[in-house]
Amino acid sequence: MDSVARRELQKTAANVRLGILEEVFNASSGHPGGSLSIADIITYLYFAEMNVRPDEPDWDDRDRFVLSKGHTCPALYAALAEKGFFPKEDLKTFRHIDSYLQGHPDKKHIPGIDMSSGSLGQGISAACGMALAGKLQNKSYRVYTALGDGESQEGQVWEAAMFAAHYKLDNLCAVLDFNGLQIDGAVTEVMNPTPLDDKFRAFGWHVIVIDGHDFDQIEAAYNEAKTVKGQPTLILAKTVKGKGVSYMENKAGWHGKAPNADEYAQGVAELNAYIETL
Amino acid sequence: MAEKIATREAYGSALAEFGHKYNIIVFDADLAEATKTIKFKKEHPDKFFDCGIAESNMLGVAAGAAAAGMIPFVSSFAMFAAGRAFEQIRNSVAYPQLNVKIGATHAGITVGEDGATHQCLEDLALMRTIPGMVVMNPADAVEARAAVEAAILHKGPVYMRFGRAAVPVLFDANNFKFEIGRGVVLAEGSDVTIAATGVMVEQALIARDLLANEGISARVINCCTIKPIDRELLTAAAQETGCVVTAEEHSVIGGFGSAVAEVLCETCPVPVLRVGTEDVFGRSGKVPPLMELYGLTAQNIVDKAKRAVAMKK
Ligand SMILES: Cc1ncc(C[n+]2csc(CCOP(=O)(O)OP(=O)(O)O)c2C)c(N)n1
Ligand SMILES: [Mg+2]
Repeated sequence: MDSVARRELQKTAANVRLGILEEVFNASSGHPGGSLSIADIITYLYFAEMNVRPDEPDWDDRDRFVLSKGHTCPALYAALAEKGFFPKEDLKTFRHIDSYLQGHPDKKHIPGIDMSSGSLGQGISAACGMALAGKLQNKSYRVYTALGDGESQEGQVWEAAMFAAHYKLDNLCAVLDFNGLQIDGAVTEVMNPTPLDDKFRAFGWHVIVIDGHDFDQIEAAYNEAKTVKGQPTLILAKTVKGKGVSYMENKAGWHGKAPNADEYAQGVAELNAYIETL
Repeated sequence: MAEKIATREAYGSALAEFGHKYNIIVFDADLAEATKTIKFKKEHPDKFFDCGIAESNMLGVAAGAAAAGMIPFVSSFAMFAAGRAFEQIRNSVAYPQLNVKIGATHAGITVGEDGATHQCLEDLALMRTIPGMVVMNPADAVEARAAVEAAILHKGPVYMRFGRAAVPVLFDANNFKFEIGRGVVLAEGSDVTIAATGVMVEQALIARDLLANEGISARVINCCTIKPIDRELLTAAAQETGCVVTAEEHSVIGGFGSAVAEVLCETCPVPVLRVGTEDVFGRSGKVPPLMELYGLTAQNIVDKAKRAVAMKK
């Protein structure tokens, strides 16, 4: 990718991160850690990969995205707002009683949300159903989904993995946000799901391992996925939970906690300073 | 004697038939021979997808296919559809109001020999608590076919409950009218109303004759749709007959009887006695002795009807 495109994506991702902080701070709740770790990938999907129309969110031929790790919707909402699906001002209403921006993705009420999610393990199945429907309807759209590494402990993920390979869903590309942490601590200590690359390979998937914060690697992976025939692709993205906000990085404690006013101000300052360097 | 057909047979035939008329797809979880979706598979092999023994994923896949504009049916035994995949039905299907049709077979005690692990007596309770879910429990093959077509035409999630055992065909296919949410008065009566659903409709009709021998006039209402329940018809029946007996092949907790009681205690509080399984698990056996053992016979309805009449003020 050329340096201008890379810089644009980095800037957009930083704005998405600012949106995440704004949402979670104003809600006094929500999940910043896993939102920050998936922010670069979601930014890439909406600004470089997916064929979507902000002014026609239900367009039949659009590419679909299912955030299987639904608790990290602050990243998705911020990206959708950045893309123009709804006003950026609305981000501060996240989780409020009179807002459409529900605590977890709500397909019925939020423009651009292709599937409701939040109960871990379920989104990947819905993504399989969409991919199957795309094939049955001879549509060329692609289906994207994002999973958590903790989420991969759910049995349903593996039911879906089997299904996707069995029905050769090569229009399906999943990314697994391998930030190493879940609520109770390190995934390897809570219930070790590794090696995830070998497991998905054994289930019949094409697997690509990348640094989930490197836009060149993200681009290469999504491009490679499009060339794979007869198999779904898993992008195993090594990430940092809390990425971009120093005091949140690699801390399980920031999984589902909102920053206080001082912390918020510090996070905003750090991200703005980063944008200045671009 | 009337011809006997299991409602699951009628379900499979209806899928195969309507597969030519409507653009439906069917998922099953390694039970196509039993749920009878095999009939659809034979006629529409490219629209049938086995999910293997993975019911949770099957419901999620169906949700995704519906989100992408398809009309998916999913089938398994009631125990594994409503039970195993309850949360997938709630969160992936019903919360986004997706157009998924759940055809659950082998519901209730009439599963017979397979016993308690397979005799789902809780599915009506589970499904009717979910916002926006339509719940239907056809009484015979004619009603089962009609329910399938109504489900296809309805936009939104539907749960249909079918049985394993062959049951008499009660209704005339040639002039059968069906509407979701409508109960039907099968026989008039003035002393007591028997509101029944599913296989208990036949027992209710038998009970009516037995009661007539004792000078008690019973109205029989068939409620195929348990949600949305026919409030008007039930309320009018309660007002006109003064007491009600409900009958279902399901636990008395949370199912059809509960739904009727919920309505009537708000609109017309009269004695409501419920016939159903009494907070117990089932067991293995042949169907007729099981129905006796668990209190699901016409005689059980008669006994409760007499008590209900005696309780009237
Ligand atoms: C079925 C289910 N069980 C439990 C939860 C509660 N929960 C929310 S997030 C989370 C941890 C997720 O960890 P991971 O998948 O690694 O997500 P990330 O690190 O990307 O935030 C849990 C247990 C849930 N949402 N769904
Ligand atoms: Mg994690």
